[in-house]
Amino acid sequence: MGAYFSEIFRGLQSLAIGMGITFREFFKPVVTVSYPMETLKMSARYRGHIELVEDEKGQPKCVACGMCQRACPSGCISLASESVEYEVEEKGETKTKKKKVLTKYNLNFTTCSLCGQCVENCSFGAIDFSKEYNLASSRKEDFHFDLLQRLKERNS
Amino acid sequence: MSAPIHIQPGETFTLNVGPQHPATHGVLRVKLEMDGEYIVHAETVLGYIHRMHELMGENRTYPQVLPNLSRLDYLGALGYTHGHVLAVERASGIEVPERAEYIRAITVEMNRIASHLFWFGAFVMDLGGFTPLMYAIQDREYILDILERVTGSRLTYCYYRFGGLYNDIDDEFIPATKAFIPRMRESLKKYDALVTGNIILQKRLKDIGPLSKELCRKYGATGPVARGSGIDFDVRKNEPYSVYPEFDFDIPVYHECDSFARYKVRMDEMEQSLRIIEQGLEKLPDGPIMPAKKPKLIKPPAGDYYQAVETARGSFGIRIVSDGGKNAYRFKLRSPTYSNMHLFDEACEGMLIMDALALMGSLDLVIPEIDR
Repeated sequence: MGAYFSEIFRGLQSLAIGMGITFREFFKPVVTVSYPMETLKMSARYRGHIELVEDEKGQPKCVACGMCQRACPSGCISLASESVEYEVEEKGETKTKKKKVLTKYNLNFTTCSLCGQCVENCSFGAIDFSKEYNLASSRKEDFHFDLLQRLKERNS
Repeated sequence: MSAPIHIQPGETFTLNVGPQHPATHGVLRVKLEMDGEYIVHAETVLGYIHRMHELMGENRTYPQVLPNLSRLDYLGALGYTHGHVLAVERASGIEVPERAEYIRAITVEMNRIASHLFWFGAFVMDLGGFTPLMYAIQDREYILDILERVTGSRLTYCYYRFGGLYNDIDDEFIPATKAFIPRMRESLKKYDALVTGNIILQKRLKDIGPLSKELCRKYGATGPVARGSGIDFDVRKNEPYSVYPEFDFDIPVYHECDSFARYKVRMDEMEQSLRIIEQGLEKLPDGPIMPAKKPKLIKPPAGDYYQAVETARGSFGIRIVSDGGKNAYRFKLRSPTYSNMHLFDEACEGMLIMDALALMGSLDLVIPEIDR
């Protein structure tokens, strides 16, 4: 009989302790952010979708070698390039040389898993993660990014 | 309650729990044959979230499989990626710098705490208490913030690379982690007072959901489930890997075999993980995070390789059979919850349905990891 009542007493005591803890939590500062009104700054290493990096002339650093395309596990990068002839002065004479110029760099973000293989495999530092995270849409076409176009828009 | 249960044949009905049910924490379906409130027979049905991770491991190159491993168990992803990189490193004989291994161990333990915290919140919510979930998620958020600054993502990490890490820790990592440890200890005390001592929780867990040692052995249960049944097995101690032999930590083992024992094991493990993190930060050596010499193309020599690691849910094994090519010939994942879940069928026979759901919560199931 004594054990019965002491259990009731201990049970009530444990509930009171719990109530005390939840009551104290009421007066603690709020830790959440009211999201659409306030936003957090993403950390320096935050991985958003990839973005082309520009050189000092505002042109993409990319040389269209296709290493990112080959490294990607989900095949979400597709790029195209064309050969352009250009002239350089070397030892007093003018030479025409050929170089690849990026004409298309598309990213299908719906299949990207943000593993970072493309960024890691790029020997020229031509792609980097963006800090973009406010992405929401009901159409998948909205996640097919034309990164070259985005770079131009950023510069203009 | 103590009256014997007489089940008349043909008087049962079938109850489907899941595949879309909050108590199963994912798309797990449990077919229950019920006699009133009592379970006569249970059958777990899998396959609703099968994504063929093993096959994907066979038709992609080794680095391309890296992101897959964190999609197995989204709550403790780093432990699984750790197992994968260790297996491939063992297969292709890549030396890992000490600093990289220490950072791996610290981040894995952080992730283990985050995983246990989420389990703690979800488990108490299964039993009907909502408030502890909010506190647990708040503490987990501190860990995710620290890990995000280092790894770049919050849930499905792809941080470890063969030979080392994607990038070194930043300046804020050590002070932030050092500030986190005492705060977490305070929180653990709070959880003890709020939840562990609570009479309702004790009444619902103590002596309920027994899993005998033999049952755990029979189904190959590992992790906190086995340790709650008195089996002293932890891969970190029994088959040491990485830098775990350098750390001084205990393996909590309880012999009560009930749901409360499994609860206590996980709560104690968080404290042990904090101890590992503390020691890891103290011993963290300077140096590179990637080996100086590393093959450009990962092509392990032909052979059969196995590596087991202790994740938040138990022993995770990864077997790679290589034929010397760029892809693995066979890529087999042994996931801990797959074994842990299967003892549910046998263990819950004759139990009340509410006790069976508490037992299921104490197994800490993550369905994408069972189905792979």
